[in-house]
Amino acid sequence: MTRLIIGFIPLLDCAPLVAASERGFAAEEGLELTLVRETSWANIRDRLIVGHFDAAHMLGPMAVACTLGIGHVRVPMVAPCSLGLGGNATAVSLRLWNQMTRDGAAAGSPPKLQGIALKRVLAARALQDLRPLTFGTVYPFSCHNYELRYWLAAAGVDPDRDVRLVVIPPPLLGDAMRAGQIDGFCVGEPWSSVAVDAGLAAIVNSTAAIWPSSPEKVLGCRAEWAEDHRAELAALIRALYRAALWCERPENHAELATLLAEPRHVGTSPGLLRRGLSGRLILTPGGAAEALPDFYLPASRWATFPWTSHALWYYTQMVRWRQIELVAEHPGLAAGAYRPDMYRAALAPLGVELPREDTKGEVFFDNRVFDPSDLVSWLGR
Amino acid sequence: MAVAPPPVCMSDSDLHILLIDQNVMRASVLEEGLKEAGYSNVTVVRDMQNLLRRIVDEDPDVIFIDLENPNRDVLEQMFQVSRCVRRPIAMFVDRSDTEMIKAAVEAGVGAYIVDGLKKERVKAILDMAMSRFNAFSELRDELERARLALSERKVIERAKGILMREKRLTEEEAYGLMRKAAMNDSKRVAEIARALVTATDLLK
Repeated sequence: MTRLIIGFIPLLDCAPLVAASERGFAAEEGLELTLVRETSWANIRDRLIVGHFDAAHMLGPMAVACTLGIGHVRVPMVAPCSLGLGGNATAVSLRLWNQMTRDGAAAGSPPKLQGIALKRVLAARALQDLRPLTFGTVYPFSCHNYELRYWLAAAGVDPDRDVRLVVIPPPLLGDAMRAGQIDGFCVGEPWSSVAVDAGLAAIVNSTAAIWPSSPEKVLGCRAEWAEDHRAELAALIRALYRAALWCERPENHAELATLLAEPRHVGTSPGLLRRGLSGRLILTPGGAAEALPDFYLPASRWATFPWTSHALWYYTQMVRWRQIELVAEHPGLAAGAYRPDMYRAALAPLGVELPREDTKGEVFFDNRVFDPSDLVSWLGR
Repeated sequence: MAVAPPPVCMSDSDLHILLIDQNVMRASVLEEGLKEAGYSNVTVVRDMQNLLRRIVDEDPDVIFIDLENPNRDVLEQMFQVSRCVRRPIAMFVDRSDTEMIKAAVEAGVGAYIVDGLKKERVKAILDMAMSRFNAFSELRDELERARLALSERKVIERAKGILMREKRLTEEEAYGLMRKAAMNDSKRVAEIARALVTATDLLK
């Protein structure tokens, strides 16, 4: 047995790691996983850098940011496997939700209508000279940050001028909302459902509605470690592939939710976790569960395939939101952080069908299409 | 153990140091160390409510945060925010820093300095923070060991009492019997004692 130490953050989408470790998928590959629960994404990054962790549950954009060395020491990271699609939602305080519903928002409405309602609320607030609304996300280099910004910008709201964006750790979002410090947030499950159940928030959008088949976490590790541990990494990718298939099957959801609910994993009630797993979320306090299409897909639609176009899209968002300047050699470096070649090599013995290409186009709710071969026109330059 | 800090330059003693730590004892240990070393401008933040606002208001030159604190990600966001306020950057921005990162992570402390401040000026403060954090963990481990030893001693006393009563042994004989059993089973006396106490409770 080879022992691997893997860091994770308590979120629904750590499910494939937990299932691989607890349901025998890792053991079948000769691996013994030690999962270490962490409290911040910065710790995940640093403990990978110093070698405390072999691999980790990581924000996709973080692998790109580390590789480019934005804001921190440049350490090439690789993402040789994704950990699922979707799983995030945007929620707002009930107070803001009531204002938005007066301006045309409704539970389960498409993101476009919700955005129009928010824009109207903001316009009215500006006339009354009220303080700007504050939204929380979980990390500067995260899909949550970019998805929230994408939705706001598409609705004509400038995320840097018309609202304030802050970072709040997911377990503290509820308290921050109760204290009136934030008016909304974009976060992975189960934390939106936790806020809805606490009677604090209403879910406005799933991110799958903003960007269908949108990526989320990846398995991240240092590029150097990946090169030195090819066989172990391949075994881990196979274990995660099988674990993800197991996680997606509805007949396993009850067992998975119970496993994830343990304090050593996510530590919220199994019922709350099942909402995200089944994609049947309660959108407003006291409301009935509603089915959100493809809310969270651990396995299907090649959900574990690390598309290099995902890395490129993150890079365009880093440029769009001025986290980094557009530099000619950066797109190549960013794309290189995603390693479909490692994924393909790992899964070759399983004989499963894989995508023919390593990149694909992406379509967003406003019908804009991201073509990874033409970053410049996507950035409007 | 805490290392004697190097002499502090006058200009460096004015650096405003913000310490974010929910552990009251550890925060005091570090605050005291910094003050002893001549850094008089130290602010400790224990209340995590509205941390961002607090940092902007305090306008520190150096920020330390304990790694158990989820609010570390709040600081990382500040690299990205408004260009007009002085913003913190990670202490570690080049490749030569990885050894230093390792030492800091192992000590359990995250360090941020304000953009434009020379890293060399902060090195002594970081060393001090790391040594105090390490000293604190040693202290905490020692306390934990002492607590464990105390609870083990209680179990051994109970087990001795059981043997003395049931087998009419002296205290020394009772202890000797448990020690022999422990040696035979390659276990610790406390484990044998705990097993005996549990078995006796079950047979009651």
